[in-house]
Amino acid sequence: MRAFTQHKGLVAPMDRSNVDTDMIIPKQFLKSIKRTGFGPNLFDALRYLDEGQPDQDSSKRPLNPDFVLNQPRYRNASVLLARSNFGCGSSREHAPWALDDYGFRVIIAPSFADIFYNNCFKNGLLPIVLEEKIVDKLFQDAEALEGYQLTVDLEAKTVITPAGESFGFEVDDFRRHCLLNGLDDIGVTLEDAELIKTYEDQRRQTAPWLFDAGQ
Amino acid sequence: MAGKTLYDKLWDDHLVKQRDDGSALIYIDRQLLHEVTSPQAFEGLRLAKRKPWRIDANLATPDHNVPTTDRAKGIEGIVDPVSKIQVETLGKNCDEFGILEFKIMDQRQGIVHVIGPEQGATLPGMTIVCGDSHTSTHGAFGCLAHGIGTSEVEHVLATQCLVQQKMKNMLVKVNGELGKGVTGKDVVLAIIGKIGTAGGTGHAIEFGGQAIQNLSMEGRMTICNMAIEAGARVGMVAVDGTTIEYVKGRPFAPKGDAWDAAVKYWRTLHSDVDAVFDKVVELDGAEIMPQVSWGTSPEMVADVTGNVPDPAKEEDPIKREGIERALKYMGLRPNQAITDIKLDRVFIGSCTNSRIEDLREAAAVVKGRKVAGSLKQAMVVPGSGLVKAQAEAEGLDRIFIEAGLEWRDPGCSMCLAMNADKLGEGEHCASTSNRNFEGRQGFGGRTHLVSPSMAAAAAISGHFVDVRELLN
Ligand code: SF4
Repeated sequence: MRAFTQHKGLVAPMDRSNVDTDMIIPKQFLKSIKRTGFGPNLFDALRYLDEGQPDQDSSKRPLNPDFVLNQPRYRNASVLLARSNFGCGSSREHAPWALDDYGFRVIIAPSFADIFYNNCFKNGLLPIVLEEKIVDKLFQDAEALEGYQLTVDLEAKTVITPAGESFGFEVDDFRRHCLLNGLDDIGVTLEDAELIKTYEDQRRQTAPWLFDAGQ
Repeated sequence: MAGKTLYDKLWDDHLVKQRDDGSALIYIDRQLLHEVTSPQAFEGLRLAKRKPWRIDANLATPDHNVPTTDRAKGIEGIVDPVSKIQVETLGKNCDEFGILEFKIMDQRQGIVHVIGPEQGATLPGMTIVCGDSHTSTHGAFGCLAHGIGTSEVEHVLATQCLVQQKMKNMLVKVNGELGKGVTGKDVVLAIIGKIGTAGGTGHAIEFGGQAIQNLSMEGRMTICNMAIEAGARVGMVAVDGTTIEYVKGRPFAPKGDAWDAAVKYWRTLHSDVDAVFDKVVELDGAEIMPQVSWGTSPEMVADVTGNVPDPAKEEDPIKREGIERALKYMGLRPNQAITDIKLDRVFIGSCTNSRIEDLREAAAVVKGRKVAGSLKQAMVVPGSGLVKAQAEAEGLDRIFIEAGLEWRDPGCSMCLAMNADKLGEGEHCASTSNRNFEGRQGFGGRTHLVSPSMAAAAAISGHFVDVRELLN
């Protein structure tokens, strides 16, 4: 996995709460058996005026001029500013894959849905929870100032504005450690293979019906 | 010391390692796999040259992409070549790694969350995961069951464990008795309407109270299924006699002495009387009416006797904008009566409501009646091949067909419209599924979530009606 230490990037404000994963990447694109190539279809139904199909060249499709990511000032944004309960709904990891493939590295919101939040960390994407008041302020600034950038420091757990204000955020130690070092967490877990085997052997004794059932 | 909640017990029983940083390794007893969220996980295993840790813990079936007509053609019946590749890929992966798969032509094929319980592959006390958020369904059996992403599917395949942080405990108690014509679906929609789509975020929800205890296993599954729509990855119900009776004799369930030992353990799977929950919400079952969703989020629900809300009356500006946006997308007017909403299609199916009791409930309403002429389509999609066979043995298929509903083959179908079944732009659908997000059932489609009997009543009337009037 790609490591994440620091990132500075242009902020795109998406002013809408309860953005669900169907909205982030609609179902017709889930038919792919790959992890890449979802970027052109990120927010497909909001971003384009027509209905997108897999394997279509999206560069020729009619854009919705009202959608935030289509405004020239937000081109190449890599920090997505969002509202509460971002990523609710389906567990599809295609959602963080699409955000990543588009070029986002950080998503800031007052709250995230659990599964989506978790999926982000597996893909080198950093979801940051900040208080609603702070998010409101960032929305105002990002909309008011063209070219508004934020700096995110995972080591220090801070978000820094162009004016030099710094906001701290929480992230649990294990996820932070994996992300900072770009660790493959399957590898980390397998370091405990002996423990897992011991547990499993015990379980075979106490709950034998859980093994080889229906085979 | 306070007693343990059901969630605490399940967590403690599966804890392999508590790490200093607050994360934990949790052992997974069962993984269910389907074609959409597994291909990248198998590919990851291959690239890292890893093998599945424990093959017999896995069970697979294709469900999202399968067609619901012409099943006799098997995989060849999948018209969309991309869908076909996905279903074929699941087959190849399962064959390569030796994982049991109910393939498209197998009578046991169906929606993963229907076939697990049906086979007894879902047993009380298990930890169950699947790359699908509605895995919470299995919590109805006193399981710790939740949806995971594809990276975690790969993690479980490779290690039989998940890295988890312990969630908080939440109790949703539905007291008293439900009124006539009020189902598990109405209960869960009412709960989501009350606590909101983020009301359970970060929590494992246990559903309790007399109204829940009185429900059948299928009703409990409907409720746990939609825990995720309240923001909770996990929904659970304590084990009782109803649970054990349901599990007994199923193909994967223990037999003989193992059965007795299992039952003894399962009987302990309930929260202790002195257990403490971080959050408790109570509802009065008798007050719950048949529910209809009017908006684009499952919390946007109303009683069938009620009206669409008026955004002008909402004080919170973000909520007001949400309501305005939803009404625009749904093509509804503020204050419009729910029973004034006209429908184009009706869908009875999905992992929320496609089990035999759901079909019986719908059939009881349409029996001897006809689907309204104004409807373009009304379809019934059973949750599995075995549900279909059971319904046919009971003659439910005849009742549906005579009333003018289509009787289909099992799969996810119009719940998310990855196969050929979908809504046209602007069409309203009474649907027994779980998500009314924009475009969920087709580009520009308008979904209203309801119970099977409410969907059946809507099919007969062409607009929403209070099913309780038809039951009298
Ligand atoms: S029926 Fe719908 S919600 Fe259930 S697993 Fe299939 S697509 Fe997901």
